Amino acid sequence: MTECGLFACVTPKQFDAVKYRADFPALHQEINGAPLVFLDSAASAQKPKQVLEALTRLYANNYANVHRGVYTLSQKATDAFERARETVRRFIHAKSSDEIIFTRGATESINLVAHSWGRAFLKRGDEVLITELEHHANIVPWQMLEKEIGIVLKPVRIEDNGDVLAQNVIAAITPNTKLISIAHVSNALGTILPVEEIIAAAKAKNITVLLDGCQAISHIAVDVQALGCDFYVFSSHKLYGPTGVGVLWGKKELLNKMPPYQTGGDMIEVVSFKGTTFKQTPHRFEAGTPAIAEVVGFASAIEYVSTIGLDRIAGYEHELLEYATAELSKIKGLRIIGTAPNKASIISFVMDHAHPHDIGTILDGYGIAVRAGHHCAQPLMERLGVVATTRASFAFYNTCDDVDALVAGIKKVQEIFK
Amino acid sequence: MSTSAAELRDLYQELILDHGRTPRNKRKPPEANREALGHNPMCGDRMTIYLTLGEHDALIEDVAFEGQGCAISTASASMMTEILKGKTAAQAQEIFDYFHTLCTTDHASPPNHLNEDDLDRLDALSGVRQFPIRVKCATLAWHAMQAALCPAGMRQNQVNSEGDEKQ
Repeated sequence: MTECGLFACVTPKQFDAVKYRADFPALHQEINGAPLVFLDSAASAQKPKQVLEALTRLYANNYANVHRGVYTLSQKATDAFERARETVRRFIHAKSSDEIIFTRGATESINLVAHSWGRAFLKRGDEVLITELEHHANIVPWQMLEKEIGIVLKPVRIEDNGDVLAQNVIAAITPNTKLISIAHVSNALGTILPVEEIIAAAKAKNITVLLDGCQAISHIAVDVQALGCDFYVFSSHKLYGPTGVGVLWGKKELLNKMPPYQTGGDMIEVVSFKGTTFKQTPHRFEAGTPAIAEVVGFASAIEYVSTIGLDRIAGYEHELLEYATAELSKIKGLRIIGTAPNKASIISFVMDHAHPHDIGTILDGYGIAVRAGHHCAQPLMERLGVVATTRASFAFYNTCDDVDALVAGIKKVQEIFK
Repeated sequence: MSTSAAELRDLYQELILDHGRTPRNKRKPPEANREALGHNPMCGDRMTIYLTLGEHDALIEDVAFEGQGCAISTASASMMTEILKGKTAAQAQEIFDYFHTLCTTDHASPPNHLNEDDLDRLDALSGVRQFPIRVKCATLAWHAMQAALCPAGMRQNQVNSEGDEKQ
């Protein structure tokens, strides 16, 4: 392997995508009479059979409620659930599994931080920095705090090519800046943000940093301790795991200072009508019965990608991105939106005479699944002067053949909209 | 649901592509006395419909629109302006009801004041039946038109076509 940019080069010859592809039952079907070409993993990834089997195994053999029963079966379920927490810890190199909070998804993770940490530690006039490319889930929870307690939400300008310059984020810091909440990788454009530099500057000024890792987690090996941020959020379903599970990682000392988000069963120490005391993290933030099977399935997804190796996955996907970028760039009348130097395997594009929804419908007619729309990033679309884009996102189960199918599909679109 | 190449061709037939490429009545008439914005939250498309209603709000003297959309929503707005000009407000509502039923069910019967040309236009647009997620593209302009027809005070200035899918 040779180094090329951020990623180790893993050429398609060195990476047996076809072998891994065989693990994903959903990829082996025909859609509208053509073999499925699935290019929407950035919205949600397909699941390997190892994950499906883990779900079945849990329900068939080891299922009961967790943290409650004194009986063996409940203990088995609890063990599997808590092992999953440890698997997540290892995957993101957290210091302690107590720092891994299971949520319903990354959206809930950010909402948890906004509700709990935000309400407890932010006051009127405090500033929260985001960027113009954030997903709505990293905009709206802070807007709610703007209304509720009068914080100031400041979006940092991005470059026309979709890049985010660390110096622009750092320059936006003022004495009132209390939180920087930014994407690690842009879901709409694929831009990899210079988070290390931003975190270093923030930490020098004692500013809390939250990274939205939804897109990064499947493309970049994440080490939360090396990054030095305070919160890191992501979802299971974009990492080849089940839906309905997300992670909030936070530094333990910070989490234990935060008030509960939701209240109820499993998160309390003592409840009486005189008052209630709460458990420490992570249970403080996990009220009610969690998504037990999905969490266990998620751990199996992490084990699956870890066996392949995220560095190898990243290297291979980078090669796919380069190939797709080169091929799409050859198409006259097609413009790639988002050409930052450091990108994960996501390509957004617009075409002359064809609206993204028309492109999406026509590609679907040839079995090609892409995302068309504003990608839950309307302010970004406005900033870039487009209403919507078509987005193709590539996972390690995609191949150069998928890119070729996309190019052929786009030619069909052009035939209709000539 | 499976999409065949024939269904794709049916949806993107020449009449639709023509109206999508060169929409009719894409303008803001200075004398328009009603307007409403249609917004499709799925894609961010926005379309403003302008109506010029005659005395007693009975006759639609002019219909026009401005905004951006996909081929389907643009063609639908364009054809709607041609169909509704000269109709009464009540007839416009009947035509929308018919068109909506045409796009979302298999049993629709047209009002008798529609001529052959209008029926052909609506029939072309109803190709979205095979593409449930796209029904809201076809009905966006119509929802905005309907909102613009509402008497002042009851009028929503912005509407969407959420919920429009084939049943």
